[in-house]
Amino acid sequence: MEKILFLAHTEADGSLSRACLEALSAAKTLAEGLGAGFDAALFGADVAAAANAVAGCGAGTFFCVSGQAFAQARYATDAAAITALCQAAGAAIVVCADDSRLSRAVPGAAHRLDGRVDAHVTALAAKDGAAFVQRWHYRQRMYAEVTRTQRPWFVTVSGGVFPAYDGAPGQATVQAVAVAEVATRTTVKAILAPAADEQTIRPDAALLFVAGAGWTKKQADGQPHTPEAAELILGFTTKAQASLGSSKSLVDMSGEGQTVLPFLTHLHQVGQTGATPRHPKGLATCCHGEEPHVVGWRFIGERRAVNLDANCGWAQGKCDVLYVADAFAVMRLVNAMIG
Amino acid sequence: MSTGFHIVVCGGIVPDPLQTLEPVSTPAGPGLKNEMMLPAILDPWASHALFEAAHLAKGAPGSKVWLVSLGPKAKLQQVMMSVAQKAPFELVVCDGPAGGFTESAEVAGALAAAIEAIPGLDKTKLLLFGGWQSASRGTGTTMQMVGERLGVTEQFQGVDRLTVGADGSLEIMERVEGGAYQVSVCQGPPAVLGWATGELPEPPNNPQVGMQNMRLIMPALQKARPAKVGADGVTFAAVELPKQRRETRIVKDTPAEDIAREIVAWIGG
Repeated sequence: MEKILFLAHTEADGSLSRACLEALSAAKTLAEGLGAGFDAALFGADVAAAANAVAGCGAGTFFCVSGQAFAQARYATDAAAITALCQAAGAAIVVCADDSRLSRAVPGAAHRLDGRVDAHVTALAAKDGAAFVQRWHYRQRMYAEVTRTQRPWFVTVSGGVFPAYDGAPGQATVQAVAVAEVATRTTVKAILAPAADEQTIRPDAALLFVAGAGWTKKQADGQPHTPEAAELILGFTTKAQASLGSSKSLVDMSGEGQTVLPFLTHLHQVGQTGATPRHPKGLATCCHGEEPHVVGWRFIGERRAVNLDANCGWAQGKCDVLYVADAFAVMRLVNAMIG
Repeated sequence: MSTGFHIVVCGGIVPDPLQTLEPVSTPAGPGLKNEMMLPAILDPWASHALFEAAHLAKGAPGSKVWLVSLGPKAKLQQVMMSVAQKAPFELVVCDGPAGGFTESAEVAGALAAAIEAIPGLDKTKLLLFGGWQSASRGTGTTMQMVGERLGVTEQFQGVDRLTVGADGSLEIMERVEGGAYQVSVCQGPPAVLGWATGELPEPPNNPQVGMQNMRLIMPALQKARPAKVGADGVTFAAVELPKQRRETRIVKDTPAEDIAREIVAWIGG
């Protein structure tokens, strides 16, 4: 019987993130499919509250590493904690979120344990008594269904694939795991997050608004209208509380020092060398391009687009509705209607 | 304090993103149709790492940049014709498969062995650069494993900025969730930095740099050590293209007011 371990870290407030709660659902699903139980492993400054919050999840044992050294996301301490937890649990398959903290440290722990990693997994299931994962290759251009013999097998699960665990809290009995003192030369200084009113990347938003390079091109009057484009885009994302994404060409233009849409950075980029976010809905405006560029909204549920070309490869066969219209005119009205 | 760094950039090659890719089965496992015929480029995130390395080395006298690449020699030679014109570096070649279905642990083993064999490499000055993910396998796991094999446990991923302090310390900005950055300070090398896009634009071609690089690239290709890299222990049950094609409803010759109203209703629905 495979020993399955759910692995997570606590947040600054001692809770578990949504991504970690989704990974807990993934671990439960796999354990049920394999007819096995599972354990949980938590690390952070103080994990008691987090363990209690998921006490009813069905985990057999809660292995925990606590201490100030593990409060912040740092490779050396995180990799040591993960290694110790997995050794204590004797885990064969370790399921966790693919957030930045775990993505940084899990591969190092896997190496120390002579294990392997399948990262950014988008499906996880048991078939004929074996675990299978699905993950994408070549930047979401194709997907593979994989199983493997090496253990421990670390599986990091992409956000939005599984529902977040939502069970009743309780009183968890935790088993503390000791970690030998870790020598590190790194100090975490700060988290730099945009102010709430300047925040345009909202992973939990219901809608992704994708701005394409067409916003900065010459319009019907022969002139570009970049300031108005900025006002319309930011106006919409603020009013609709949408997350903002951008095509590569538009991001590159601002990265090359042009005063195009200064609020766009590489963090907004979706597609081949950007993000492939998950949102229930997506609205693409002024986006053009063929299949390789369209991976940016591979994981968007309902998709609509506004652009001037009815045959555009970004939209045809890729979105549900294509409005062939001037995005300036449409978004001006949309902004007015949503107040 | 010496500010010179020994910067090793790990960078593979990937098919040009504009190419149509189709998976096929081969005796060695999954691959791409006409894989050897597809035009290739240096992996985009590894390219950013190389540009950042060259920029850092330029500002830190005594520094040197190596580019360690795993791929078929013939393809690497093609790609280096253009990459060599971008930044000064010394190439180290591992002759092996560059596809996206190989195992990152095996790739890390080959890269680490090649790095260990670099003559004159001072590990106390080592900054190990690479992309935070490849555009082929896309796991974001290789750099950490290379670092572990080399005994480097100060590691950073999703790096967009590196600032060297007057005392030789490294201030690093890593991407974290929700468009935020984590800022850390590392006392100095050795360290692993998996770069995201960084902050530098692609440098223009410099034929002089290209000629200088090519003097060393051709011998490096001739000296390439074979790297046996695969996906031992992995079973690919299926490799497929996404088949979903949506029935797109085209709305044209419709007043903007009607379209806006429909979009607002859809957003709120």
